[in-house]
Amino acid sequence: MPTLMKKDILDMTSLSVEEISLILDTAERMKEISERPVKKVPTLRGKTVVLFFYEPSTRTRTSFDIAAKRLSADSISLSGSASSVVKGETLLDTARNLEAMKPDIIVLRHSSSGAPYILAKSLRASVINAGDGMHAHPTQSLLDLLTVREHKGTLEGLRVAIIGDIMHSRVARSNCVGFTKMGASVTVCAPPTLIPKGMASSYGVSVTHHMPEAVANADVIMMLRIQKERQTGFFFPTEREYSRLYGLNRDVLEYAKSDVLVMHPGPINRGLEISPDVADGPHSIILDQVTSGVAVRMAILYLVTGGA
Amino acid sequence: MQILIKGARVIDPGRMDALMDIRVDGGVIADIQPAGVMSPSNMEGRVYEASGCIAAPGLMDMHVHFREPGQEYKETIASGCSAAAAGGFTAVCTMPNTHPVNDNAPVTRFILSRAAEACGVRVYPVGAISKSLEGKSLSEFAELKSAGAVAVTDDGMPVRSSLMMRRAMEYANGLGLLVISHCEDMELASGGCMNEGETATRLGLSGIPNAAETVMALRDIALSELTGARLHIAHVSTAESVRAIREAKRRGIPVTAETAPHYFTLTEEAVGAYDTHAKMNPPLRTHKDVEAVREGLADGAIDVIATDHAPHSSVEKAVEFNLAANGVIGLETSLALGLKLVDSGVLSMTGLIEKMSTNPARILGLTSSLAVGAPADITLFSPEKVWTVDARQFKSISRNTPFDGWTLKGKALLTMVGGNVVFNAMT
Ligand SMILES: [Zn+2]
Ligand SMILES: [Zn+2]
Repeated sequence: MPTLMKKDILDMTSLSVEEISLILDTAERMKEISERPVKKVPTLRGKTVVLFFYEPSTRTRTSFDIAAKRLSADSISLSGSASSVVKGETLLDTARNLEAMKPDIIVLRHSSSGAPYILAKSLRASVINAGDGMHAHPTQSLLDLLTVREHKGTLEGLRVAIIGDIMHSRVARSNCVGFTKMGASVTVCAPPTLIPKGMASSYGVSVTHHMPEAVANADVIMMLRIQKERQTGFFFPTEREYSRLYGLNRDVLEYAKSDVLVMHPGPINRGLEISPDVADGPHSIILDQVTSGVAVRMAILYLVTGGA
Repeated sequence: MQILIKGARVIDPGRMDALMDIRVDGGVIADIQPAGVMSPSNMEGRVYEASGCIAAPGLMDMHVHFREPGQEYKETIASGCSAAAAGGFTAVCTMPNTHPVNDNAPVTRFILSRAAEACGVRVYPVGAISKSLEGKSLSEFAELKSAGAVAVTDDGMPVRSSLMMRRAMEYANGLGLLVISHCEDMELASGGCMNEGETATRLGLSGIPNAAETVMALRDIALSELTGARLHIAHVSTAESVRAIREAKRRGIPVTAETAPHYFTLTEEAVGAYDTHAKMNPPLRTHKDVEAVREGLADGAIDVIATDHAPHSSVEKAVEFNLAANGVIGLETSLALGLKLVDSGVLSMTGLIEKMSTNPARILGLTSSLAVGAPADITLFSPEKVWTVDARQFKSISRNTPFDGWTLKGKALLTMVGGNVVFNAMT
C-alpha cells in the first residue's frame, strides 16, 4: 500500500500522479463513512486540527470541519478577526503561537499567494492549503478530480474547459495543473484581460477567448465565479456583456459532448456566469462536488497524519 | 599624517592606468609616481603594500535609502555610512523618502549633521520634488539646494502629473539641480508585486508589466526634450527603457541613467517560492531584460551602477509576499557584483570604475579624480579576493539581500575619504 510521504499539501504541482491517485482512492473509501447512519470513525481520535481562515469561506471551512469530525479529530476554527492578525503580529508569529499549542494539522485559508509556504517551512504541524490568494486551492482541485473520475470512470483523455476569471482564480490554476497531470487536456477561456500572461506555457493548457471554441467537444465544463468588482479594474465593460460572451446557457452547451459534465466551485452567480436551468439541469454535478469535498478532505487529513 | 599606498594598479579613468605609488598628505593626493620610485624610508606615516590591488577614485553610490530620520531600526545614517565604507564607497546620495520627508532645509541639514558624526563617508542628500512626496506642490528647491541637496526626486512615489514633472524639471534646471526620476506608472503597475509574466502567473502573484516603467521613461524623456532640462533615470530594469534611453541620447537629449546590481545579475526566477528578498520596485525582470541592461552598460546607454540600497527589517520582509516591503540592500555586495561584469567581458575594469565613481560624480557636478591636489577619496580593492556573503556580518543594520550565501570575487580593502581611512581590511 503506498503512503503519502508529505508533511504538507500546498499545491497540485508538488503532488505526483501516484499521490493524487492515492488521495482519490482513499477519498472513495471515505465516502462510504458519510453514508452510514453513524457518520463517525475513531481514526483521528486525539488529533487536533486547526482551521485557520484569514479569509472568510463558510463552505470550505465547513467542509474541513465536517471531515475532521467524521474522523473524530478535534477541530478548532480561527478566523482572521478572532485571531491576533489585527494586532500587528505577523503570520509567522501567529503560527508559532499556534504550534506551541501542539496542533497536528493546520488548515490555512489566506488571501496572500504563498502564505501556506511560510507556515510549512517553519512549523512541525502538517499544513494544508485551503486556498491562498490567486495561487492554489489543491483540495478543491482534488475534489473536482474525484467528482469527474466518479462520473467518467477515468480522467485520462478527457477534454476539460475552464471558463471565467482565470487570472484571479486559484481554482483554475490548481485544476489546470491537476487535470493535465492526470492526462486530461485543458482549455481555458476568458476575455484577454482575465488571462494572465504566459498562461499557456506555464500550465500547458490551450487558451481561447471564444466560448464555443472552448466548449467544443468538451467532456467537462467548469465555470468560475466572476467577481463583480472586476469591472472597476476595466477587465470587462458590464456584467451584461460578460454574461453574453462567457455565460453558460443551454445554447452554448450544445457545442459540448452530449454527456458533458457541468461544474462550478461555488458560490454561483446565477444568471451571470451560469444560467439557472443549466446549474440545476441534468449535466450539473455541482452538488456532487460538495459531497466529494468532504470525502477528499477526510482522505487528506487521514493521509497526512500517517494513514494509508 | 602621510599615507603611502604602494604598488597598486591605479585606475583613474581617462587619466591613468598603471602600477603606481600614491602619497597622501593633508587629506589630499600629494604625489603619484610609478611604483618603486618613492621611498617610504624618508616618510612619516602609514604604508600600505597594495600590489595585486586596484586603487580607484572613491566609489560613489548615487542611490541609497538610509532610514534616518524616522525608521532608524532599519538603518541609520551612521550604519549606512559604515556599510558604504565597507563596500568601498566614499560617497552616497540619500533618497528623500524618510519620515519626515527630506522636502525642506532643516531635514537636509539634519541629515548632513548626522553624516558629520558618522564614519566619514560623504553624504549628499537628495531632496523631494514634491512636498511629502504627495505630488501636489513643489518643495522649495532653492532652499534645499542651499542646505546641501544635490538633486531632487520623488523616488518611490513617482510624480503622476506630467505638468508638475515638466515644471519641476524646468525649475530645477534653472537652479542647476538634477532631477532623478523613478519611472513607474503606478496605475499600470496596478498594485503588482513582481514582474508580469510566466513566474507571476505560476505563483499567482499580480504582475507589473515592463510598460509600467517604460511609459514613464518615455514621458520623462519627452519632458527633458521639451524643457532642455537634465534628467537622470533611476534603477533601469527593462529592455524597452534601455532602448528609449539609448535613442534619446543619440538625439542629444540630456538624459543619463543608472541601473542596480540586481537588475544585471538576477531574473524574476529569483523569487523562487515567494522569497521576499527578491522583491523590489521595479521588480526583477526576465533574462531578455537582464541582457539588455548589460548591453546598455556596455554601450553607455546606462551611465551608472547604483544600488538602490533599501534596508528593511524582518517585520517588513518575513511576511506574505504581496504584503512585504519592496527593496534590497546592496552597498556591501555592489562592487563584487560589478566585478562579475568585468569577468564576463561586459565592462572593462576602467569601465566599471566609470560607472561606479566618475560618471555619478560628473552627473551630480562633483569631482572624482586621483589628480595630484584632489581630495584623497580613494577605494582600494582586491579584484581577486574570493569571499562568501554572510548578511549577518554586514555593517548595515538590515539583512535583506538576495545574495546571502553567494560566493563572490572582489572586495574593498581600504576606503579613504579626504585622507581619512573609513574602512580598513588590509592585512
Ligand atoms: Zn525608486
Ligand atoms: Zn530608491
